[in-house]
Amino acid sequence: MDWSFFLEVAIGGLLAGVMYSLVALGFVLIFKASGVFNFAQGAMVFLAALIFVSLVEKKWNLALAFAATLAAMVVLAFVVERLVLRPLVNQPPISLFMATIGLAYLIEGTAQGILGAQVHGLDIGIPDTPIQLGAINVSRFDLFAAGVAIVLVALLSVFFSKTRVGRALRAVADDHQAALAVGIPLEQIWVIVWTASGFVALVAGILWGSRTGVQFSLTFTALKALPVLILGGFTSIPGAIVGGLIVGASEKLAEVYIGPKIGSGIENWFPYVLATLFLLVRPEGLFGERRIERV
Amino acid sequence: MRPALMFGALAFALAAGAAAPALAQNEQFIPMADYRIGPYAAGGTGTFGGFIDYLDMLNKRDGGINGVKLTWEECETEYKNDRGVECYERLKKKGPTGAAMFNFLSTGITYACIERATADKIPIVSIGYGRADSSDGRVFPYIFPLVTNYWSQNTSKIKFIGMRSGGMDKLKGKKIVNLYHGSAYGKETIPILDLQAKKYGFTVTHLEVPHPGNEQESQWLQIRQLKPDWVILRGWGVMNPVALKTAAKVGYPRDHIVGVWWSGAEEDMIPAGDAAKGFIAAAFHPSGTNFTVIQDIKKYVYSGGHKGNLEDMSRFGSIYYNRGIIHGILNTEAIRTAQAKFGNKPLTGEQVRWGLENLNLDDKRIKELGAYGLLQPLKTSCLDHEGGGAVKFQQWDGKKWKLISDWIPADKDMVRPMVEESAAAYAKEKGISPRDCSKE
Amino acid sequence: MIYREAGQLKSSYEADQQIFPILQDRIAFLGLLAAAFVLVPLVGNDYWFNAILIPSLILSLAALGLNILTGYAGQISLGSAGFMAVGAFAAYNLMLRVPHMPVLASFFLAGLVAAVVGLLFGLPSLRIKGFYLAVTTLAAQFVIEWALTKFSWFSNNSPSGVINAQKIVILGVRFETPVRRYVLTAAIVALLALAAKNLVRSRLGRAWMAIRDMDVAAEVIGIPMLKTKLLAFGVSSFYCGVAGALWAFAYLGSVEPQAFDLNRSFQILFMVIIGGMGSILGSFLGAGFIVLLPILLNVAAHSFFRGGVSQTLASNLELMVFGALILFFLAVESHGLARLWQIGKEKLRLWPFPH
Repeated sequence: MDWSFFLEVAIGGLLAGVMYSLVALGFVLIFKASGVFNFAQGAMVFLAALIFVSLVEKKWNLALAFAATLAAMVVLAFVVERLVLRPLVNQPPISLFMATIGLAYLIEGTAQGILGAQVHGLDIGIPDTPIQLGAINVSRFDLFAAGVAIVLVALLSVFFSKTRVGRALRAVADDHQAALAVGIPLEQIWVIVWTASGFVALVAGILWGSRTGVQFSLTFTALKALPVLILGGFTSIPGAIVGGLIVGASEKLAEVYIGPKIGSGIENWFPYVLATLFLLVRPEGLFGERRIERV
Repeated sequence: MRPALMFGALAFALAAGAAAPALAQNEQFIPMADYRIGPYAAGGTGTFGGFIDYLDMLNKRDGGINGVKLTWEECETEYKNDRGVECYERLKKKGPTGAAMFNFLSTGITYACIERATADKIPIVSIGYGRADSSDGRVFPYIFPLVTNYWSQNTSKIKFIGMRSGGMDKLKGKKIVNLYHGSAYGKETIPILDLQAKKYGFTVTHLEVPHPGNEQESQWLQIRQLKPDWVILRGWGVMNPVALKTAAKVGYPRDHIVGVWWSGAEEDMIPAGDAAKGFIAAAFHPSGTNFTVIQDIKKYVYSGGHKGNLEDMSRFGSIYYNRGIIHGILNTEAIRTAQAKFGNKPLTGEQVRWGLENLNLDDKRIKELGAYGLLQPLKTSCLDHEGGGAVKFQQWDGKKWKLISDWIPADKDMVRPMVEESAAAYAKEKGISPRDCSKE
Repeated sequence: MIYREAGQLKSSYEADQQIFPILQDRIAFLGLLAAAFVLVPLVGNDYWFNAILIPSLILSLAALGLNILTGYAGQISLGSAGFMAVGAFAAYNLMLRVPHMPVLASFFLAGLVAAVVGLLFGLPSLRIKGFYLAVTTLAAQFVIEWALTKFSWFSNNSPSGVINAQKIVILGVRFETPVRRYVLTAAIVALLALAAKNLVRSRLGRAWMAIRDMDVAAEVIGIPMLKTKLLAFGVSSFYCGVAGALWAFAYLGSVEPQAFDLNRSFQILFMVIIGGMGSILGSFLGAGFIVLLPILLNVAAHSFFRGGVSQTLASNLELMVFGALILFFLAVESHGLARLWQIGKEKLRLWPFPH
């Protein structure tokens, strides 16, 4: 066995996994604070990237375009709170899940209807070229993405544990009604958490978009995030990162080493099977909270 | 109740839409089952933009075809088979003589409508996609995979690789990787590649990229291990730019990657940026606006503040747009051919079928159409519903496509037996007795 | 006034336990059947059979299958389309490889094959719950799609992986015209719907609902968890399998594995949620809503905006209105269309004196 190749596949997989984690983070934020499985996260990634790239193509400065897109995501958060969350408060999770699918259609239609179905290239000035580390090639862009992910997770962790709003968020996640009872404004919390997840979507959209181009298929990134969520748990921020790393590395290794034996193209389902097997042992995910059920 | 009101309004709209009267009788109806939303919207808007603009131009410049005005109606398929079938059923009887023919720009919808269309006597035209074996007109009288099918195109590609390597005998011992999209479309050329590998003595490794293909790290690392001489990219949508980006990442030379024409539009290259430079793709027509027919469209459709069907003028003359013009030319020429036999009046699908089967576009006619260099000479018959079969190759220079070969004809001796064998199997499965072409 | 049970006294347990205890419901149901099998075939045209009725009915059947699993037994699944694919390819291969195979028997056996596959993928449900289970059922969706594309034996070595369904001939009668295919589909769907209605009222159905409402409690009162959950997966997959076979044989005629992709699974789930979880009627209403609405919107958009708005914008507006309507219906009645129907019936019962 060629160990340097093995290592290269594993590292490539880990770095790809970071890209999955970025999308998964958005899911986790919303699930944590409102118990909503937000299917529209992929559509949000697409919308954010499309607004950003449209501004960049109008010769906006990158930072300015970023700020403007973020403002758009704040508006989206307000709209979602008003039109989706408030009317559906106290509904069963499955209805909320369905509502986010409706929301996804609404976002996709708005994005393509107003900004067009055209495919855009996005260059943020980080070359996607390899640097040599011993016998192994690692892409500069991947390293940059990993760095961004670390910063993002650090920021979010500080936000959740150190700030007043963050503590309120955790209270809401633990118990909606108790949080309401002690005077935490639920509507505001929702807007904040959807804004945060819009911010994550924007970062993910820029990174994914500069690799795959900004086009409709950015919405598919959500699919890559699902097994990450199962492995890491729906409510854990570090879980999203660790889950992403595991999914990324294992699917690449499986494709390269198991794939040729049973027919290639297995990496689409391999993470799901892996996640299922894993869940059989630990049904609450890697970092999920253990539930105790009583009759 | 509000929902009831809304439904009422919608039902009214449905009734109004269905009962749109066919006022003028001297009209030929061409249905446009297109897709403008979803992951393939760029292809749909570009191609149908060119198609509709061409028809519009014919109406404005010549008053239609021999005085018969062309009309059309769009129907959104979302690239989904069931929506496509619905569009087919909705539009098939529109117009004074029903639909002239259908173009779905989707292999899946084409498959799903083959039996319906044959029963309804409405031809389906699938230019550059669809069932390869429907080239056999004896078994598929109503299906026309015009210009070139996937199998023909593949033999041209191997010929091209042979030419680049200094002759077909030089292919011996070469290594080729076939990187394909994990779908029915992607798989379709595996048998013919295996056959050619045997004939020319190269080895071929098939690597699948699971749909949608926005992550290809493992495939390209494998390719780097295999060190193939050439990579054939049978991509689709987002898979194309990601393939080129990842190739650049692992250091595989892009000018040794040859793509199918679904990998060869500007939309597939732009997202890849510099990584796309040098990539080669098959094309059955070039891009560019330097053709009389395209200038005519500009003059008649886009002048004096008028707008055509294409919204983003930066895509005027792009690969997809020009493919739409090819669609327009071939479909209308079929109607013109059929008019020569049945008279200058609106024709039924069955009559248009005859036109499609007796198309004969030689260089002279193509020059008259102002499409010299855009379209290859094409002649169909009862036996052969494909017609042309040649492919050019183009290279991406970072900004636009540049042609780097002349028309390279397909290896018909290899493709035809496969087509006939596959069509015969279909006929047997379906209990169809093939037509006798000597009697046509 | 017209619709009320007052005066309809029951004198036996059988009478009390029948499917439609109220006379008006029985009449309405028989009327519906009569309309479906007599009136519609007489007045319908090709467009309605081919493009609306047949696909809606088939998807209703799949939604019914998923509703048994999700609405009654409380297990969320995103793999329904995968089981439909199993059914379609199983029926095709049975017809192809078993000589003298009757079509109806092949549909039934295809359903059984799908049921077996469903059982297999249902096993994790014993430990995994809620959204975690939903995501693990995606494994079924992707593995099945991959296997059917990858191994060309399933498609009889067709190079493109597309299968062409055999002709439907039952007792010498050919089911080729749209109206005949419609009648066949409607008959199978009606039969299976009736079976489902009875099933969910049976001991097994009550066990499913007990598990749905609280599985720990259900286990405590002695409901065998393994058997009951797996049966839910099996029965549900059977329905999806038959629906898949019909999709290939009675509707499209030729299908590829990609016809049963993840989007189809989602579509079926939408039908269940919009129609109403735990309601047989809801499965039909939901399927009608999800199939018809985009078509209505498309027709509406193209007749209202003809020439006015750009076609791309019109198409996107459709998508937006579709999304907005989903949100609207969920806000008005998050228990689905079936619940609206029920509320309507309640009101009718009191009419014209609502107080």
